[in-house]
Amino acid sequence: MESVVDLALLGLLAVTAFGVLHLRNLVAVVMLMGIYSFLSAALFVVLDAVDVAFTEVAVGAGVSTILALGTLALVGTRQKRHAKSPLIPLLIVLVTGGMLVYGTYDLPRWGEPDNPVHGHVAPEYLADHVPLAGDEGDVLEVHIPNIVTTVLASYRGYDTLGETTVVFAAMVGVLTLFVGSRRQRRTGGPPADDEGGSGAS
Amino acid sequence: MMVVGASIAVLVTMAMAMARALLGPTVYDRVLAVNMFGTKTVLTIALIGFFTGRPEFLDLALAYGLLNFIGTIAVLKFFQFGSLGASGPHPGETESG
Repeated sequence: MESVVDLALLGLLAVTAFGVLHLRNLVAVVMLMGIYSFLSAALFVVLDAVDVAFTEVAVGAGVSTILALGTLALVGTRQKRHAKSPLIPLLIVLVTGGMLVYGTYDLPRWGEPDNPVHGHVAPEYLADHVPLAGDEGDVLEVHIPNIVTTVLASYRGYDTLGETTVVFAAMVGVLTLFVGSRRQRRTGGPPADDEGGSGAS
Repeated sequence: MMVVGASIAVLVTMAMAMARALLGPTVYDRVLAVNMFGTKTVLTIALIGFFTGRPEFLDLALAYGLLNFIGTIAVLKFFQFGSLGASGPHPGETESG
């Protein structure tokens, strides 16, 4: 039954993607992208990646829909027809996809216990973290009860700090853009009523 | 058995909502289809939780329900005012984000 649900979700995902490609009404495309986000979130839950699923719904279906609609308010909602033939892009995509699929043949088999990724540092992290049956508590190195938090906040702390810095810088940039446009509107220039959705507050 | 029936029903409803989102003549059909689809996602996650024996994903499903609601409100507000409240009649209102 689970595989039936998986296949149905994947099929709907493919239908959505083709709808996004086919439709010329961009509002409909934005709505379909919201549906796409919901479907991929459901698939992430099936794959046990619950945190990724949550991010997908909050960002993909929530914020990006609003941002895309804000963009459409500025640029109009009809897509222009392309004059060029789509054959060469299709060829490039097919060749790239084929090469990627070919590349997967060199990967180690999925889920094997003696894959390289399981023999590197993961056992140490787990051993540091989970108290073994004999020892009582003293083996803990980090003292954080959750293994994911341990890896993110301690073993990969600098990595996480870098990510947070990048996100912070991006947010400051976006807020600067919004504040600039608002001030410009107040002090002069053409009175633009429904321009520039202020999507951040 | 119940879970199987419920899953099939939800998947069929998803397909129908998808059809409305693809065909829908007006914008509101599509908005409603997306809202419907979000609800069906919530139900799908609940059902997946039950047939994998991990119903603790239900709180995730609840959070999806809330997000879906806020998102729909934001989209509809957008269609009414053309932006998210800056030019609306209530300038002090906050928006989703």
